[in-house]
Amino acid sequence: MATEAVKQVEDLHLVRLTKRYGDHAAVDDLSLTIPAGSFFALIGPSGCGKTTTLRMVAGLEVPTVGMIRVGDRDITALRPYKRPVNTVFQSYALFPHMDIFENVAFGLRRRGEKNVDAKVNEMLELVELTPMARRKPAQMSGGQQQRVAVARALINRPDVLLLDEPLGALDLKLRRQMQIELKRIQTEVGITFVHVTHDQEEAMTMADTIAVMNSGKIEQMGAPQEIYDTPHTAFSANFLGQSNMIPGEIVERGDVITVRAFGQVFTLAPEKLHTDSDRVIVGVRPEKLQLTREAAEVPSGRNMVAGVITDASFVGVSTQFLVAAPWGQELIAFEQNMSADDRPVVGDEVILSWEPSHTFGLDGGENLNAGIDGDLLEVGHYTATDAEAGLAPTPAVGG
Amino acid sequence: MATSQIDPALLEAPPAAESGLQRGLRWIRENSLAIYSGLALIYMFLPVAIVVLFSFNSPAGRQNTQWNEFSLDAWRNICKDPTICQSVGVSVTIALVATLVGTILGTMIAFALVRHRFRGRSSTNLLIFLPMATPEVVLGSALLALFLNMYWGDWQMPLGPWTILIAHIMFVISFVVVTVKARLSGLDPRLEQAAMDLYADERATFRYVTLPLVAPGILGAALLAFSLSFDDFIITNFNSGSTVTFPMYIWGAAQRGIPPQVNVIASIMFFGALGIVIIGQILSARRKRTRT
Amino acid sequence: MQVPASASAVDTYLADTQMVDTPGPVSPGTGLPTKRSTPYWLLLPGMAWLAIFFVIPLVSLFSTSLQSPVSDNPDDGFYFNWDFANYSEALSRYGEQFLRSFVYAGIATFLALAIAYPLAYFIAFKGGRWKALLLVLIVAPFFASFLIRTYAWKTILADQGFVVEILNALSLLPQDRILNTPLAVITGITYNFLPFMILPLYAALDKIDPRLAEAGADLYATPFTTFRKVIWPLSLPGVVAGTLLTFIPAAGDYINAKLLGSTNDRMIGSVIDSQFIIVRDYPIASALSFLLMAAILALVFIYVRRAGTEDLL
Repeated sequence: MATEAVKQVEDLHLVRLTKRYGDHAAVDDLSLTIPAGSFFALIGPSGCGKTTTLRMVAGLEVPTVGMIRVGDRDITALRPYKRPVNTVFQSYALFPHMDIFENVAFGLRRRGEKNVDAKVNEMLELVELTPMARRKPAQMSGGQQQRVAVARALINRPDVLLLDEPLGALDLKLRRQMQIELKRIQTEVGITFVHVTHDQEEAMTMADTIAVMNSGKIEQMGAPQEIYDTPHTAFSANFLGQSNMIPGEIVERGDVITVRAFGQVFTLAPEKLHTDSDRVIVGVRPEKLQLTREAAEVPSGRNMVAGVITDASFVGVSTQFLVAAPWGQELIAFEQNMSADDRPVVGDEVILSWEPSHTFGLDGGENLNAGIDGDLLEVGHYTATDAEAGLAPTPAVGG
Repeated sequence: MATSQIDPALLEAPPAAESGLQRGLRWIRENSLAIYSGLALIYMFLPVAIVVLFSFNSPAGRQNTQWNEFSLDAWRNICKDPTICQSVGVSVTIALVATLVGTILGTMIAFALVRHRFRGRSSTNLLIFLPMATPEVVLGSALLALFLNMYWGDWQMPLGPWTILIAHIMFVISFVVVTVKARLSGLDPRLEQAAMDLYADERATFRYVTLPLVAPGILGAALLAFSLSFDDFIITNFNSGSTVTFPMYIWGAAQRGIPPQVNVIASIMFFGALGIVIIGQILSARRKRTRT
Repeated sequence: MQVPASASAVDTYLADTQMVDTPGPVSPGTGLPTKRSTPYWLLLPGMAWLAIFFVIPLVSLFSTSLQSPVSDNPDDGFYFNWDFANYSEALSRYGEQFLRSFVYAGIATFLALAIAYPLAYFIAFKGGRWKALLLVLIVAPFFASFLIRTYAWKTILADQGFVVEILNALSLLPQDRILNTPLAVITGITYNFLPFMILPLYAALDKIDPRLAEAGADLYATPFTTFRKVIWPLSLPGVVAGTLLTFIPAAGDYINAKLLGSTNDRMIGSVIDSQFIIVRDYPIASALSFLLMAAILALVFIYVRRAGTEDLL
């Protein structure tokens, strides 16, 4: 928007935010600072409290305990219509009895702003909906409605724009398009976007910073790549992408951490270890695993596991393999389909190997299945107590 | 090449033809429900048709129950008997006031029930439901009993237009509550949240979002209230004293003979109300139509 | 990027400002806090009206029913006397009309159900785009005055009329006429309260997912069995609501009886009416009215218990 200067925005502070319904805490002592002008994503499974948090920032829920500040201004007690915050709702919530023009103009009119017509037309141009100005929401497609919802919120130049899973109802192609659109608008306008979603790919695509939420608390926060490469908990490891997790014990510390698990030895960098305990879980992402037939073919220094292929699924770009390790656990590996010949098949013996730098280490007490969607493939039934008892992990439960 | 082919022999022999009768019977069987419904609707409209038809009748005697000859006389002289028009005037006036008061009171209750939490919710719902479930005879006679017991020395509560009005407001409230409640519960609360998010305070939200969206429900309730009040007989009869409303006129005239002017008025009310409802339906259908 | 200032500084701040458990009530609709007093202001006028002009009259009715005449001269009025004998007298004098009212209303309700069900079924399942229009057509006859429509049946069922002549030709009429017989009264009642049966039935049937019927067919049920085992049970709430909304007003109705029946078809509503307005025997009249309400409440209670649905509205 060349006609107006980029707005001066401030950080958004959530301080010890708690929302309790009876005994159940939907949001539990949550504190975080969202930097001004960033694209911030709050992700987590349904019921984790991310939407409740968003609504508290909007003023549509009253916190049980806690404080919300924009810069130095305490907005906790303010009604939604007094806050410099606007929301793009999941269901768009466009006013059905008003046309698009009036919908977008709504906020401006309520605040008694001048030049409403000019501003609305400019905004409609930004979201490329100028010819539809006099149509009603019911006469527009989902993608168009979504753009109206964004326009309606953005036109008020809020300090913070909240987006509650706005792309959920769109089909894949449209969603991809809108992701790029929203990112572009955010960069241009320069205000803080807080985007709530359960789609981790979407969050990683769009956000500068991601916070992973679980049961009302924040598991981990950081840049997408940071969290992806170095998850701190099993939940983060499983929620963002997929992970293989092998429980073991630290046998040596130093420049390199050495872990023994089921008779195998793995190494990892100390920066990637997120626990003080000696009982750890060795983690590696499936796409980092390379399949070879002979141990001799594996470059030196790499971590290795020998196994037998129990499943191979061709997914076009890649092939997903399930490999049974000697101790029974099934490991997942993704390999890009680089060559058509000599593809491993079910029953083949292979060596899985990966760079130590791709290894991350979690606390041994973590639940391996945290953060995994109920119906999906589990990374083997295994808990810390099983490790203690010296039991081997049971193979994954069905596909 | 093709793994399955159609046997050419099958393509040559056409299926056995149905006789006209068979086809007819099959059509009846498949559409029996529709035919029945059509007949049922005709059955429901039959008396209305008679009413309208006989407004064009010039009855031989006093009773307008047998067709005599076509005449526009009743339409041209609606107020030949001034008491008829007077009674219509009384009914319309009472209906208008009862509608106004009843709709306001009922709408307020509906809002309280849907948009607020309070103790005694179920008793409130019960109290609203009861008048609809009580026979008019009981409602009317109970009110009469109340009015009869309202005396102080020589003064006795007079039965007349005011007591009728009181009675009508009473039984209309429940219907308004139910109608508005239905519309209000269907209103997506996220719309009001969106309005507040967009700088509309409670009053502005109500004015620009809630009210326009509930308005059709309130209007429907008002229409319902008006027709219930205008057409009421039993409750009115108990509490009217010497006042005569339109239904009471009809009742009084039933033994002697109902003049065709009554049919005229009833026909006007019928087509008027039907017209309003149909126009309303067309407007709302047009509003909802989706264009790609 | 966690808590901005030191944790203790924030805690102090929070302790100073009172941010404790969520204050006050919240609207179940918008989820936003509302004033505690608001609902009561909204409710007051309307509920007060109902309390004064519905509840108190019923009390008045009951109290009047317990009054006794001051003297043999009716103009001397009545006094309160805990005279429960009024009830037994009312019953013994007018028990026949009571019974007749319930019988006629019952038969009419049953007929209304039989007529309304297929119609409601048709609109709900086969109505398609015409649903709204059909519903308007159902309600439309109500726009013409109830009394005049009932009166119109006198023409339709007239002794020399079309209908009676055909039925007579088929020798279906025991008395060679319809008017001034119970048949006319029941016909009138059925007709008048038909929409009260159709609309709740429609509402319940419309809620049924039509794919349930498809599932039934897929699982080897004949259309009749599908109806009996799937559609009918699911429509029961509508059946209960419809029969109640029809039976209750029908039991108290006397317009049909007066216009279409003979003096042998007198219903209890008519008795109450004449006792109040003509005879002015208020205690007996009130006792009758109260008995009517009590009887209906009792029947409704038993019926609803048996049908198992409590939530009608």
